[in-house]
Amino acid sequence: MSSQASATTAPEKMWSGGHSPFNMRWGKMYMWIFLISDAFTFSSLIIAYGALRHRFADIWPDPDLVFTHFPFIHAHVPLMYVGLMTFILIMSSVTMVLAVDAGHRLKKAATLKWLGWTIVGGFLFLGSQAWEWYHFIKGSPEGAYVLADGRFARTDYLEPGILFFNDGTRVVGAEAEALKATAVKNIIGANLKENEYGNTPLFGDFFFFITGFHGFHVFSGVVLNIIVFIMVWRGVLERKKDYELVEKVGLYWHFVDLVWVFVFTFFYLV
Amino acid sequence: MSNHSHDHAVDAHGGHDHHDHEHHDTFWTKYIFSQDHKMISKQFLVTAIAMALVAMFMSLIFRLQLGWPDQKFPFLESIIGDWGKDGRLDPNFYLALVTIHGTIMVFFVLTGGLSGTFSNLLIPLQVGARDMASGFLNMLSYWFFFLSCAVMTASLFVQAGPASAGWTIYPPLSALPQAIPGSGAGMTLWLVSMVFFIASALLGGINYVVTIINLRTKGMSMTRLPLTIWAFFITAILGILSFPVLFAAALLLLFDRSFGTSFFLSDIFINGAPLDYVGGSPILFQHLFWFLGHPEVYIVLLPALGLASEIIATQSRKPIFGYKAMIGSMLVIAFLSFIVWGHHMFITGMNPFLGSVFVFTTLLVAIPSAVKVFNYLATLWKANIVLSPAMLFAIGLVSFFISGGLTGIILGDSALDIQVHDTYFVVAHFHIVMGSSAIFGMFAGIYHWFPRMYGRMMNKRMGYLHFWITFISVYGTFFPMHFVGLSGAPRRYYAYTAYEGFDAAININVLISIFAIVGGLAQLIFVANFFYSMYRGRKASQNPWKSTTIEWTAPVEHLHGNWPGAIPEVHRWPYDYGKPGEDDDFIPQTVPFSQTKKSNLPGEE
Repeated sequence: MSSQASATTAPEKMWSGGHSPFNMRWGKMYMWIFLISDAFTFSSLIIAYGALRHRFADIWPDPDLVFTHFPFIHAHVPLMYVGLMTFILIMSSVTMVLAVDAGHRLKKAATLKWLGWTIVGGFLFLGSQAWEWYHFIKGSPEGAYVLADGRFARTDYLEPGILFFNDGTRVVGAEAEALKATAVKNIIGANLKENEYGNTPLFGDFFFFITGFHGFHVFSGVVLNIIVFIMVWRGVLERKKDYELVEKVGLYWHFVDLVWVFVFTFFYLV
Repeated sequence: MSNHSHDHAVDAHGGHDHHDHEHHDTFWTKYIFSQDHKMISKQFLVTAIAMALVAMFMSLIFRLQLGWPDQKFPFLESIIGDWGKDGRLDPNFYLALVTIHGTIMVFFVLTGGLSGTFSNLLIPLQVGARDMASGFLNMLSYWFFFLSCAVMTASLFVQAGPASAGWTIYPPLSALPQAIPGSGAGMTLWLVSMVFFIASALLGGINYVVTIINLRTKGMSMTRLPLTIWAFFITAILGILSFPVLFAAALLLLFDRSFGTSFFLSDIFINGAPLDYVGGSPILFQHLFWFLGHPEVYIVLLPALGLASEIIATQSRKPIFGYKAMIGSMLVIAFLSFIVWGHHMFITGMNPFLGSVFVFTTLLVAIPSAVKVFNYLATLWKANIVLSPAMLFAIGLVSFFISGGLTGIILGDSALDIQVHDTYFVVAHFHIVMGSSAIFGMFAGIYHWFPRMYGRMMNKRMGYLHFWITFISVYGTFFPMHFVGLSGAPRRYYAYTAYEGFDAAININVLISIFAIVGGLAQLIFVANFFYSMYRGRKASQNPWKSTTIEWTAPVEHLHGNWPGAIPEVHRWPYDYGKPGEDDDFIPQTVPFSQTKKSNLPGEE
């Protein structure tokens, strides 16, 4: 049954048999399968979002009218800021590709440089998301009104004194003031119960939950990148002549970026 | 922590050679934080047996209530305290009992216990690997499982009671603490436990898949894998794809419960006062839940079918009939399991056309299932059957799979399902086809591979006794439930005495309860046999069942790394039993064709 080979088999010889059909070591395959699984989590969240948004299609806020802020600019610049965030994240994927490539060529300094930029990109994205959440939660000075007749009216800080309705109509002047005075509720900003952007808490709920869940993934990715950065820096991978670890965290990082593309599409563009 | 104690052990020996591979495990690294797949498999098994006893005991308590709704049972008060005041079971606690019974049985016994035990034990040993791909993540998988068991058990001690909204935890009942006492802290613990459980299932499942793909020994092509391995492989894939969806649903529910979001809640009045939840959809939860929930049925069942395939072929001393058809039908079942979830939701106001699509996909499942049954029967046909306890349990599984499957055809059809939805007919169906089948598969596996696990044999006579009492009790318990259900009695009711229409059902309930209690007590025979044999059983020989698969070539004494020398090479498929021309009635997978010239078929060089 066996030749008298070695109780002292070297550790890398532990797996003596078997041809790997994907020609890939188990660690990388483990990451791939985990990502498929995680994709199902995100898909179910996005499908749940789609189903409920479809149900409230007529009152769902138009993202062009919600995400209009840009630092230092006192004007409406719809989706520019989130576009910038997306650009940062995609660029960090590019730097990650370069880090993985440098790793394959066993270039420690280059790996460190590109991995470092990836970490910077990750922090920039997280910081931008914090800024966006801050403005989303804080809202505009006047917020929105739930009127006595149940209608929902938004205001705009650039054009004070005007009430905007979902069907595109607007009310100005004394008539607007009268409506405000009899309003049932004035909502400023957003929380999990209500928000000034639309007359459904689900808009805020899904925004916070999905971007938060994604943000948590980005955060874990940055932590993983930092750990690997330290390992590269201390020469752990160089001694092994094996930079596959960089590739594994790289896979995770690209996945997180890819998920953002979907979040961006379904939350901001559609 | 394991590294810690290990380091101490090494330090204590001062100048010893640190490169020595034969280092001695401490108690902690050997029994507690073990990374050896064989030990982890035993940990899963023992934990699952403990949980199964808890859940079974719960079922006996509520069977007492259902069988004798007017009777007092003073001993209840000494066991469950205030919930059994004056010997009467508290109605809210009744709901908690059915909920936790279902949760433990489905997730902790038949998912964690079944896959955890046998995937861990058999995958490395049957594919010819030293261990799982990652011993560390494997260990983590067990400890997450243990943690989730501990949290679920702890929830039993919450004063308001554990989760009570049914194992399917439908909101709004599960989401609002005002709705039912069990939806308070007990429900939160349920969700926390389930998050740990999902983490465990993923860590384990990915490990199984990676090990099967990457670490097969030389010659072990995918079509030479034993059917057990194929079953674990497909099961693990199902878990990897469906548990994340439950994870998403559980997180959303957690937010609804704890942070006031409205994902699953809308327009709810409690005591006339409206709650401030607007716009959510409880049906959405059901969709997410059953997208996991239906594949979960096959996560429970497929490993049991895989174990049965192996045992039936071995103890029939015949090749399994239709090896490739078995693999194909498992793949088809796995695929279909993702597109049938709607049959749990026919009465939610689903569009009848969509309903009919789900009817169609559901009825398609009957085809691969029938293929499997046919293959089992054809394997048994005219075989030299060895009726070991494991074989009896495997045949019992086939019996339940047939009789439970027949009612599945009824329930899969929306026109019929709407009549019996949420009645005892459903309870009868899934307890036979999923619960009893899977647990019989697990018993069969334990009896069959016990010598591989503990190096000793289980007592045969006790095994027979255990089988016959259990087999008769299962039919005695669940078969009459069909009629209770057909008479219209709904599930999860505390008592039927208030409704005259169910008077007939009460008599049947007495019979059911008697069988349930007898069947429950019979499990003590198994537990006694299990622990007695572990220490005092007859020593096992190298290959007690004369099997062909390579787990029986590894030494009886467990080694880390499984085989002392090189891993055996594999030269043939695993079912060369009773091959014409050969003297012995089995040819192990390790024997090359060059040594079996007499029996080689055309094409086998």
